[in-house]
Amino acid sequence: MIDTITLEVARYRPEQETEPTFERFEVPFNKDWVVLDALNYIKDRLDGSLSYRWSCRMGVCGSCGMMVNGEPKLTCATFLSKYVPGPIRVEPLRYFPVVRDLAVEMTDFMDKLKSVKPWIIRQEERPLSEGEYLQTPVQLDNYKQFSMCINCMICYAACPVYGLDHHFIGPAALALAQRYNMDSRDQGTDERLDLLSQHEGIWGCTFVGECTKACPKNVDPAGAIQQYKLKAATEWFKSFLMPWGRK
Amino acid sequence: MGKRSNEPLVWSLFSSGGVIAAFMIPILLFLFGLAFPLGWIEAPGYEQIMTLVRHPLTRLVLFGLCSLPLFHWAHRFRFTLYDGLQIKHLNELITVFCYGGAVVGTLLAGYILWNIP
Repeated sequence: MIDTITLEVARYRPEQETEPTFERFEVPFNKDWVVLDALNYIKDRLDGSLSYRWSCRMGVCGSCGMMVNGEPKLTCATFLSKYVPGPIRVEPLRYFPVVRDLAVEMTDFMDKLKSVKPWIIRQEERPLSEGEYLQTPVQLDNYKQFSMCINCMICYAACPVYGLDHHFIGPAALALAQRYNMDSRDQGTDERLDLLSQHEGIWGCTFVGECTKACPKNVDPAGAIQQYKLKAATEWFKSFLMPWGRK
Repeated sequence: MGKRSNEPLVWSLFSSGGVIAAFMIPILLFLFGLAFPLGWIEAPGYEQIMTLVRHPLTRLVLFGLCSLPLFHWAHRFRFTLYDGLQIKHLNELITVFCYGGAVVGTLLAGYILWNIP
């Protein structure tokens, strides 16, 4: 059994260097430790200036996504023992601009997320006195899987299309749009259609499938996008056959 | 709001071509590539095959089988060139080459199938 393991951590301090560099840290090896524990050890004991995001430590908050040995991972769910004997290379999430060390700039993702209107849209709100919008278990199952997304952006770091073209709306936002489209309480499908059926929407996706493979919450963004392609194609043909239908 | 994409048309051809290729080509390969030549199933004679092919329905199926997978290829190859070789700036040329190729193949298949004696 080894006692320590080496982490090669990407550092970028814009006030003192122009290019990111790597710094090696030796941390105690503990089989119960995840990569995030090792980073916290570095920050607490070795170098307090290391910057990275984290919060819940249990795969819920979605803030500790980083590249671990070249793969996008939630560092709170990635055990050191998987990488014995090391070294383990920790880098900021790929395809995003780096703010500092392991923290990336998320504005692009946040804007995209908002653009797909990921909330329940009603044409007409029912008065409160009529009670809740009820749903059957089948109606819940339709979208539940897509609602597990924690916005950790790991699917963006896994998506080669997003890497090549930042205009692509990307897996998580598209899956989330589909989550609301599939929700029986939602009536916003038409409102979302124009944005989603642009080239930068679903048609940018070439079905590489890496988003689904990388997702730590077992969401299937690739599946959601293909589902939606079928829906958008049907609407497209319909708009030819019945031009008076949709504007 | 950007313009609505024409991608639905080519994607529909792509996906139907993929389905046809995945379901039908293995069957034909099995029959004509293995089962008939190896004698696992008795091979039909030339006249039998010709009678089958002369039927309009068979011609229609063969037409779809030739054409749609070509569009499947065209779409996939277009994105291979875009993303794999990263030559997206040659967009027009690639589009004409890929889908044009599929159209030419479709016309050729139509011509041959139409002119079966």
